[in-house]
Amino acid sequence: MIGPNLLSAVSVEGVERKSTAGPTSDLVNVNLKINGTAYSLDVDPRVTLLDALRERLHLTGSKKGCDHGQCGACTVLINGRRINSCLTLAVMHEGDEITTIEGLANGDELHPVQAAFIEHDGFQCGYCTPGQICSAVALLKENHANSDDEIREWMSGNICRCGAYPNILAAIKEAKTKTT
Amino acid sequence: MNPFSYSRVADPGEAVHTLAGKPQGKFLGGGTNLIDLMKMGVETPNELVDINRLPLTQIEELPDKGVRIGALARNSDVAEHELIKTRYPVLSLALLSGASPQLRNMATVGGNLLQRTRCYYFYDPAFPACNKRKPGSGCGALDGYNRIHAILGQSDQCIATHPSDMCVALAALDAVVRVRGPKGEREISFGNFHRLPGNTPERDTNLAPDELIVSVDLPAISFAARSHYLKVRDRASYAFALVSVAAALDLDSNKVKAARVALGGVAHKPWRAHKVETEINGKSADENTFRAAAEAELAAAKGYKYNSFKIELAKRAIVCALSTVAAMA
Repeated sequence: MIGPNLLSAVSVEGVERKSTAGPTSDLVNVNLKINGTAYSLDVDPRVTLLDALRERLHLTGSKKGCDHGQCGACTVLINGRRINSCLTLAVMHEGDEITTIEGLANGDELHPVQAAFIEHDGFQCGYCTPGQICSAVALLKENHANSDDEIREWMSGNICRCGAYPNILAAIKEAKTKTT
Repeated sequence: MNPFSYSRVADPGEAVHTLAGKPQGKFLGGGTNLIDLMKMGVETPNELVDINRLPLTQIEELPDKGVRIGALARNSDVAEHELIKTRYPVLSLALLSGASPQLRNMATVGGNLLQRTRCYYFYDPAFPACNKRKPGSGCGALDGYNRIHAILGQSDQCIATHPSDMCVALAALDAVVRVRGPKGEREISFGNFHRLPGNTPERDTNLAPDELIVSVDLPAISFAARSHYLKVRDRASYAFALVSVAAALDLDSNKVKAARVALGGVAHKPWRAHKVETEINGKSADENTFRAAAEAELAAAKGYKYNSFKIELAKRAIVCALSTVAAMA
């Protein structure tokens, strides 16, 4: 687990806490570009990108499910490619363009994939949804949505415990008609 | 996670220099396995050298018509590359059968070679016995739940399997791993890269701690264009192989002129099926030939309480994969 000492903010407002936990690593400065905004953070190198997003920058749309790269709830786009933000360190992303679920809409206008998920009820509890949507946005760009089976295979890194898969599939198929 | 120092390097020489003489340090590539193992407390490096900015992402043709894949080429980029899809489809299929799109975007070729086993007793330090994690502590899998474990080449110290799909294809293709250490570069043939467990299961490979993988070179094999990867697993997608087969065939009408076969999910390293290759050479490419060869390869197999099904499964997978390739004629 990440100790509370890892969460103290420097350049970004956050919750200041004193460490009472075990040994620390030296802080490292990293410049992140997230949804078009530049952030400068001093982080313990152990902090994952997911924890930096959620705990330091309060971008809590990206979810922590398994924290082991098995569920896909933490999926974000790095330079346009989908990755699991729980299995990468924040310090590895100096200068990278990071897009989270918070960065997909254009003001009040939802991204076509977001609109399609609502239209087709592509979720139940909603916890996996930010990851599903980020993954689907990348899927469409990769051109891996040409059949139902292809969509299922290429969305297999995003697990939905509620079992909303039929509606997720329908949403992606509709979004494909709107984005291509 | 244990504390560690972090640095980023810009060229391979600097990378090797930074970690020289520091066996507790590690290179950090995609991180998909290393960071997970650090969270679990299985890996505890005190220094990480981030190699993601090294210029080692190329996928290029070599003068002898082979292909060089840079160690930092991402699994997804290798799988979708035209040279790989047309000349070595078995490698593209193996890569696409592994992990998820997100993980393939992160994972590097060099890191895939260094993946560690998914044996439950290794991966979770709550289990006290694992000779691979803690030499001399015993093997939890021998008398434990050993459904995913090895049937070939194992020892009484360790019955873990190598988890990679990509490496099964590379074993069949006779790839060469180019590595760089403090004393310069050397080449390791794929068959000598990974190790069988023997009495040193803590050593997965013959790579030294301060050596950096710089590329994986594929030799020119004209008939590799006719190749296939068959993966048998518990789920339709996103699961490790119970058994897998990488196969390529060179046929003269219906006679086998040459064959390349390797198995995954059955041993501590990608298992090159030399017996299958020898058995079918010169014979007619049919199910009887393939079945007899599979019997020969698995003759020395040994199952445990929960994984004996893999012996028959491996035989059938060999027959199925070779039949698929033969039908591509």
